[in-house]
Amino acid sequence: MKIGAPVESAADEARVALTPDSARQLAKLGHSCIIQKGAGKAAGFSDDTYKEAGVEIAATAAALFKAADVIIKVQRPNDAELKRLSADKTLISFFWPGQNEKALKAVASTGASAIAMDMVPRISRAQKMDALSSMANIAGYRAVIEASNNFGRFFTGQITAAGKVPPAKVLVIGAGVAGLAAIGTAQSLGAIVRAFDVRPEVAEQIESMGAEFLMLEFDEDGSGDGGYAKPASPEFIEKEMALFREQAPEIDIVITTALIPGRPAPKLWPAEMVKLMKPGSVIVDLAAEQGGNCDLTVAHKIIETDNGVKIVGYTDFPSRMSAQSSTLYATNIRHMLDDLTPEKDGVLNVNMDDDVIRGATIAHQGDVTFPPPPPKIQAIGKQASAPTAPEPTAQEKAAAALAAERASGRRQVGLLVAGGLFMALLGGYAPAAFMQHLIVFALSCFVGFQVIWNVSHALHTPLMAITNAISGIIIIGALLQIDSPTGIVGILAAVSVLIATINIVGGFMVTRRMLAMFQKS
Amino acid sequence: MSVNFVTAIYIASSVLFILALGGLSNQEKAKRAVWYGIIGMALAIAGTILGPNVTISTWLLPMLGIGAIIGAIVAMRVEMTGMPQLVAALHSFVGLAAVFIGVNSDMDPPAGLMGAELIIHEVEIFVGVFIGAITFTGSVIAYGKLSGILNGKPLTLPGRHALNLIMVLACIGLGAMYVNHAGPWTLWAMTAIAFIFGAHLVLAIGGADMPVVVSMLNSYSGWAAAATGFLLGNDLLIVTGALVGASGAILSYIMCRAMNRNFLSVILGGWGTSTGPQMEVEGEMIATDVASVASDISEASSVIIVPGYGMAVAQAQSAVSELTRRLRDRGKSVRFAIHPVAGRLPGHMNVLLAEAKVPYDIVLEMDEINEDFNDTDIVIILGANDIVNPAAQEDPNSPIAGMPVLEVWKARQVIISKRGQGRGYSGIENPLFFKDNSRMLYGDAKSSLDQILAEIGS
Repeated sequence: MKIGAPVESAADEARVALTPDSARQLAKLGHSCIIQKGAGKAAGFSDDTYKEAGVEIAATAAALFKAADVIIKVQRPNDAELKRLSADKTLISFFWPGQNEKALKAVASTGASAIAMDMVPRISRAQKMDALSSMANIAGYRAVIEASNNFGRFFTGQITAAGKVPPAKVLVIGAGVAGLAAIGTAQSLGAIVRAFDVRPEVAEQIESMGAEFLMLEFDEDGSGDGGYAKPASPEFIEKEMALFREQAPEIDIVITTALIPGRPAPKLWPAEMVKLMKPGSVIVDLAAEQGGNCDLTVAHKIIETDNGVKIVGYTDFPSRMSAQSSTLYATNIRHMLDDLTPEKDGVLNVNMDDDVIRGATIAHQGDVTFPPPPPKIQAIGKQASAPTAPEPTAQEKAAAALAAERASGRRQVGLLVAGGLFMALLGGYAPAAFMQHLIVFALSCFVGFQVIWNVSHALHTPLMAITNAISGIIIIGALLQIDSPTGIVGILAAVSVLIATINIVGGFMVTRRMLAMFQKS
Repeated sequence: MSVNFVTAIYIASSVLFILALGGLSNQEKAKRAVWYGIIGMALAIAGTILGPNVTISTWLLPMLGIGAIIGAIVAMRVEMTGMPQLVAALHSFVGLAAVFIGVNSDMDPPAGLMGAELIIHEVEIFVGVFIGAITFTGSVIAYGKLSGILNGKPLTLPGRHALNLIMVLACIGLGAMYVNHAGPWTLWAMTAIAFIFGAHLVLAIGGADMPVVVSMLNSYSGWAAAATGFLLGNDLLIVTGALVGASGAILSYIMCRAMNRNFLSVILGGWGTSTGPQMEVEGEMIATDVASVASDISEASSVIIVPGYGMAVAQAQSAVSELTRRLRDRGKSVRFAIHPVAGRLPGHMNVLLAEAKVPYDIVLEMDEINEDFNDTDIVIILGANDIVNPAAQEDPNSPIAGMPVLEVWKARQVIISKRGQGRGYSGIENPLFFKDNSRMLYGDAKSSLDQILAEIGS
């Protein structure tokens, strides 16, 4: 199949769905690639680097749409592009089918298969093609960079000859992929980072990134499906606002990332919070496209409020880092195509029984296939909590240890008594010479146990070889019998001498050979 | 030489043997300690030959000479991957010698034994021959299985436990008859049964339980020597036999503990029964390729390599060693994690790595390294399966629940080199392969490593 990436038609879209690297990987799946002239330019990939990777160059969009069987894009195709699709083509791009019913119907009516990267189910198997996460990660990073760009001070605290600089205080609202990326970035710039999320289970992730989790004392779990949060109750929101009101005067930078799928963004940072903030503070609203988490956000713009707070309402954070985001997005696309070509023979197989492919396919063979049926596999982040047995208390543990100690003591005494009785019986019957040998035997066993316990585990094979060698000591028995007057006894003894000697010489030599190999670095 | 002088030599030999074994507590001391063993042995043999009870017959010196030559040739020729076979073969010799000496002692008894002394002597012969015979055939079968002459699969006859029991009871019965002078045929019959018993015992055990079997046979060969010592009234034999017997017993115990299994259940074959349904494994195995493994390794700063029997099968040690050398030259931390039951012999992996010139101070035991997986960038698993199975800790219904395992899944990334998608020898699904941070590198371990080496460059 020929896979083609056109120039993105949307204004200011710098990303591209195909990189030279991903083209090389796609070739391994049996596909060939084609790209429209200049499509990678904004992301820093020249046409020449594509050519080096074996990618054809199409002069115009029309030529590309004609040549390619699979169209890969970043943004949803516009009307002109939709018209160029036909029944034998497949489209892979972001689509947002829930918000764009008209376009969905249009794409279905062309008969082309459409795969929406934003509809990839959020299950572990599909993480490698989860473009929303990879873009959110970039957005989170970029949000901090934009904030620092608009913030007049250091992030990190410093003590300099010219005076003390306090560290910036950053509040991240919503600890999804973007939120966590923002926490990590702000943390590594040296800021004091606090984070809030309605889902209590993310506390651990937040703390693992080095931020402080702002706990809300409220008995409501805000976790929804697919790793997103669900809308909260009014009482909950009131508590939340009280918490934010406490934080707002202290905080220098607020980064909001709260989204609820298929709904306008929740208003988490109302105008009254902005009023409470210090002049020079910055708010970065990652939800600007969905209406913003802050009341005052203006999409696509930076505004400054009357009290000197800047609000960044950009909606194109990933596109602002187009080299990075193109690389990750192209890899996501490549993984999607990997799953779509299970035989690696360059033939696309839109397998509607596969949970991931079914979920992402929004139009197939002329029909709208959105919304998909619920996936069979549970989404990540929502695991059935197994009832755990209560931890034993310290006293219980001590009692158990004591009981175990006593039991082992009883066992040992029992064994000693039994052994003693056996020895007494034996001593009453056996001759003195035998008992003397028995003493030697018993003591040797104990010495053996003590000595062998100290042998390094790494030397267990040499240990076996050397014990092989010294068990050849049985040769002494054969030596004592070899001059026996009975012929057969002499022969057997001679054979025993022979094989015991093999043991001794072979065992010692191989031990030496092995030990010589052990070298210190 | 007088009897007392010979005894003095024996005492010196015993001490030297103990020092030889004790010296194995670390690699540098061990190189000297072998000499203690060699001197002890030379003293013991010379003392015995020159002692009052032995006249140097025509047979003696040629036999010693031929044996020494054969032993030397074998020791020089053996491959380190063939060590398990060699050890098993040497065990069988001790067993056979013990049988011969016991039988000889029956045919040519020491004069002047009366009453209890005679009975004790006869019991000693009987026990010595019994242990020797089991050791002999058991080791021969173990040799066959380890060298691939025999099929490694366990032979499970119907009613094999009953069969074993009957054989042991028959031997005890024959023993009672022997002591009551029913005639030498009882000894012959017992020897035959013990031969069968020893063979059957080892036939019933699968290939991967061989470390336990070999250490068990090691122990038996020691007890056989000790029993011979009793019947000859020779303390040096008793001491040495007890040392070797203890050594084998401890090795068997360590192996069993490392598998969280009971010694008897290993020896009698078969896994414990599980108590409920095993945990469902979710996710999929994600395959990777040589190029991406090479780039991952180049980016990592700490690497732990976990070798298993598969590494020995693929003869990948030298490639592993080369990889280790190159990565260490680039300032990366590279270490090896060895599970006690990895390989077919206790400590087998250590010897294989040592042969390939991997320095021993970066080859660590499970207990030394298990804590460190958290801070490790990449773990590379070469032909190991059950010893890295997280089900042992996570799934109480797993047949290997509670077995100590290497906690490799805590590392940032795990690369598993494996021939195919099959399961380990225990037939248990390994959830490790399905974890998010696991990547499967299918193919022969040696050729995969060679390709990685080519990719990384020198």
